[in-house]
Amino acid sequence: MPAVAASEIERVFRNEHGRAVAVLIRVFGDVDVAEDAVQDAFLEAVRRWPAAGLPPSPTGWIITTARNRAIDRLRREASREDRHAQAVLLCDDGVEPDDEEEEGTVQDDQLRLMFTCCHPALAKGAQVALTLRLLGGLTTTEIARAFVVPEPTMAQRLVRAKAKIRAARIPYRVPEEEDLPARLGAVLAVVYLVFNEGYAASGGDRLVREELCAEAIRLGRLLHELLPDEPEVLGVLALMLLVESRRAARTTSGGDLVLLADQDRGRWDRELVAEGHALVRRCLARNEPGPYQLQAAIQAVHSDAPAAALTEWTQILELYDQLLALVPTPVVALNRAVAVAEVQGPEAALALVDDLALDHSHRRDAIRADLLRRLDRRAEAAQAYQAAIVRAENQAERDFLLRRRALCDGKAVIRGVRMRGPAPP
Amino acid sequence: MPQYLLSLCSPGADATPPSPEALEAIMGEINALNDDIKAAGGWVFAGGLHDASTATTLRLQDGEVLTTDGPFAEGKEHIGGISVVEASDLDVALGWGRELARITGLPIEVRPFQDEY
Repeated sequence: MPAVAASEIERVFRNEHGRAVAVLIRVFGDVDVAEDAVQDAFLEAVRRWPAAGLPPSPTGWIITTARNRAIDRLRREASREDRHAQAVLLCDDGVEPDDEEEEGTVQDDQLRLMFTCCHPALAKGAQVALTLRLLGGLTTTEIARAFVVPEPTMAQRLVRAKAKIRAARIPYRVPEEEDLPARLGAVLAVVYLVFNEGYAASGGDRLVREELCAEAIRLGRLLHELLPDEPEVLGVLALMLLVESRRAARTTSGGDLVLLADQDRGRWDRELVAEGHALVRRCLARNEPGPYQLQAAIQAVHSDAPAAALTEWTQILELYDQLLALVPTPVVALNRAVAVAEVQGPEAALALVDDLALDHSHRRDAIRADLLRRLDRRAEAAQAYQAAIVRAENQAERDFLLRRRALCDGKAVIRGVRMRGPAPP
Repeated sequence: MPQYLLSLCSPGADATPPSPEALEAIMGEINALNDDIKAAGGWVFAGGLHDASTATTLRLQDGEVLTTDGPFAEGKEHIGGISVVEASDLDVALGWGRELARITGLPIEVRPFQDEY
């Protein structure tokens, strides 16, 4: 058998982490026991795989090895009078690490784990961290870096969440039919939040952020596999794929933000677009619209246009009307106003934007500024850009707004040179 | 079987008390919920408390136990009543807690007891 590189072992374990931990939590009834066991199996793989080669079924090998190590460990700890370990050992005395787990059971376990990680009794931040740690196999360091929090803070968040799962007995179970829509909503929210955090780049390491998007899409695909009949699962996956398809076109080589209208559509990832469109078509056939499906459909209309000028804005506005009826929030109303500007003109859109109860939103300021610019009300536009610049959270966005404001001032922009006016905070 | 404490946050001194009819309706619903919990085998104990101003707090200080008037919590929120239930997991306890919140309109805190030793 061929030798296995250390990086390959790491990759295999990263991919299999969610499956292995999910199975072991069911077997041992404890998150920490499961995580330690998978870590033990990893060390064993590092010792054995380079010489012995990759086992025929790495998943099976990891789960069986981890289970054996966990039983060894629990026996050792039981003899040290660890009450908790004894209890676990008692209730699983009959478990013997013989045959491999059935594929169906492994999938069910992953679904159970998703619902446990995203249980509403856990804070949103804890749900996200747990999902990335347990299902995504990301390290605490990586999660901390992605969310720009100190590593000890993230470690503490994970420890607390796991302690609450154990003490409060948050169940390891797929919710009953009647609770499923609400509970699934929480899972989808976490997946989409991970994606957005990777996409919106409010700071942090760029590579880690791209990994967040990839991980969110992987979770979306997994959910789609596990719950193929849930239209909102199709919707969230389609939405992520369509947004992700524009990654290469979304920034210049210098890292400057490029608006959708100005993107080189030839750089969109056609495979992701095709996959997203196929999912949107399935949603339309289901005809059970939900917020994620409608947002995906809006993105699909954008992806359909061969050029920005050929965008079917009437269709987009209709979809926003539906979305606003389902989710009547100022944020949705703001996005709808952008479509209104295209269909009915900037004046109508400006009236809508001015009416919104959305304070402290740099996006509202930026959209207002753009509408004022199109109405040739330059001084007001420059003012609105300034308000947006002050509130913008990340540098790429701030730079973009600074360039826009400079256009209103009639000044040329030279990259890398700060323009007059107050420096960004 | 794990046990959970369901604490009802008291409405507070500033709140308008419900009319006698409304209160009676609420009590009826609470009794019905307690019957459900009993039928499910989850009943341990439940009771409402007098106002926090009737509380007396005992505190060890310099080797002596001091008696003071009032509750130990400084904040405005006090426990107005408690219910102890047995449930197989948090979701079952949250289900009863949710019902209690709906009936009373008061915040309900659900908290697990430590295992018996």
